Amino acid sequence: MKLRELAHARTGDKGNTSNISVIAYDPGDFAFLREHVTADRVKAHFADIVRGTVERYELPSLGALNFVLHDTLGGGVTRSLSLDAHGKSLSGCLLEMDVPDTQHPNGEVRR
Amino acid sequence: MKTIRIGSGAGYSGDRIEPALELAEHGDIQYLGFECLAERTIALAQHARLNEPGGGYDPLLTARMEAVLAVCAGRGIRIVTNMGAANPLGAAREIARIARRRGLAGLRIAAVTGDDVLQQVTAGDFALLERPGTVASLTGPVISANAYLGVEPIVEALRGDADVVVTGRVADPALFMAPLVHEFGWPLDDWDILGKGTVVGHLLECAGQITGGYFADPGYKDVAGLARLGFPLAEVRSDGSATVTKVAGSGGMVSLRTCKEQLLYELHDPTRYFQPDVVADFSGVRLEQDGFDRVAVSGGSGTARPETLKVSVGYFDSFMGEGQISYAGAGALARGKLALEIVRDRLKLTGVQASELRFEIIGVDALHRGGSDASYGGPRGDRPDPLEIRIRVAGRTETIAEAVRIGNEVETLYTNGPAGGGGAWKSARQVLAVVSTLIPRVQIRTAVSYEVA
Repeated sequence: MKLRELAHARTGDKGNTSNISVIAYDPGDFAFLREHVTADRVKAHFADIVRGTVERYELPSLGALNFVLHDTLGGGVTRSLSLDAHGKSLSGCLLEMDVPDTQHPNGEVRR
Repeated sequence: MKTIRIGSGAGYSGDRIEPALELAEHGDIQYLGFECLAERTIALAQHARLNEPGGGYDPLLTARMEAVLAVCAGRGIRIVTNMGAANPLGAAREIARIARRRGLAGLRIAAVTGDDVLQQVTAGDFALLERPGTVASLTGPVISANAYLGVEPIVEALRGDADVVVTGRVADPALFMAPLVHEFGWPLDDWDILGKGTVVGHLLECAGQITGGYFADPGYKDVAGLARLGFPLAEVRSDGSATVTKVAGSGGMVSLRTCKEQLLYELHDPTRYFQPDVVADFSGVRLEQDGFDRVAVSGGSGTARPETLKVSVGYFDSFMGEGQISYAGAGALARGKLALEIVRDRLKLTGVQASELRFEIIGVDALHRGGSDASYGGPRGDRPDPLEIRIRVAGRTETIAEAVRIGNEVETLYTNGPAGGGGAWKSARQVLAVVSTLIPRVQIRTAVSYEVA
């Protein structure tokens, strides 16, 4: 199953650092996201993009995770050679991440 | 409890014009903020001012003020904006000219200055953030240095009865928090309330990004009416709680999901969001749907403001050359790859020196680079080839001549490269880059001056 089935995301940029929020559509899926969408997995997902560390912050009251990706934007929006210098498209790339199929509380298996 | 209604009329320099007028006419607002100054914008503006003294303020200032000034003046809506960019005094004079032309004699426009710290930063020893070195060690000439100011000079201007406050670099949320501090008399050392005010400012500062812009994903997150997206307004109460909404009948939506995305936008550690006025803590923010297109925001707190302010330093860094060309039909991907190999060889053969080069295929790996095969469910080769692609070569050079060569080597693929290459495009430019440093607060001297129409 793709992460996109469970969560939405938004990218922001400050200097050479990108942040990507991952927000559960259903707050009941937050624990599942916390288990499966780790900082290590996000760094591996963006192996060709992230040159620094990845930090994860948890916001359980919003059902959200916030990932901070250091040294990621080719020197920052003002200097990057990237087609998407802000890295705004990274949220869409992150939602392509595979997560295990999960059973929704209503019994329906999501994949 | 006293309530202030404050609207957000622009989320970046080039943003749409009409939504602000809709807010002024139908939003029943008392304040209208315009956030128009991205990290690099002020460096570009500083450069513009060097070439044209008197310029250096936001290029859309005149258009935005022509659109809203008369309505705002007629209804007593006060405007706060950072459209002064590199020249707040010039911006204030321009707004006064527009006011006079429109018969708004007596309109009072305040210009906030003091964010320009070029002299201090070039004279001192300032370590860069995010990378090694100091401002003095930057390779190219430094052309601007602007500190992120807080609410104080804006509040001073509002106390001075300004109808319009125009600033240069200030923290984006401060444009919206300053009217709240002014109206509610919030003490500037009440970190808890300033944390809540920062939440409100942060939610409003990107305008349409909280009302359904930068959000729609058909089938997952559908948004109606993006062509006439309504910009947000907040009804803020003196305890710092607020309700975010928009003008009834405008496009877009205000939902828990739009608000959650915007709350976390450009945030790092949610418990320590550094602002000039406070270190805000967003971790305890509560959002509740409070009717159609209405979201109630409460919680949020803060701790003592930092003793240093962030400074954006603009300098000439390097040159960038780029070329693109497209291929279509069966074999398009293979022809694109061949084209990239040809350009790679040509840049070597002709001795173009580049410190950084990107060879990529738009539609395949330009945004997510190589991606991770595992995360895409198997080797890239398993996916069907796209029927049209566009290659892109971009490089960083030390001279403009070499930057030009990069685009040329893509363009010459027309007659020297694979079959059916079309739509070549090239560019070469000098890179005006921005880095950050910190300046002790005590080195900043702000001032407020007035123009009366």
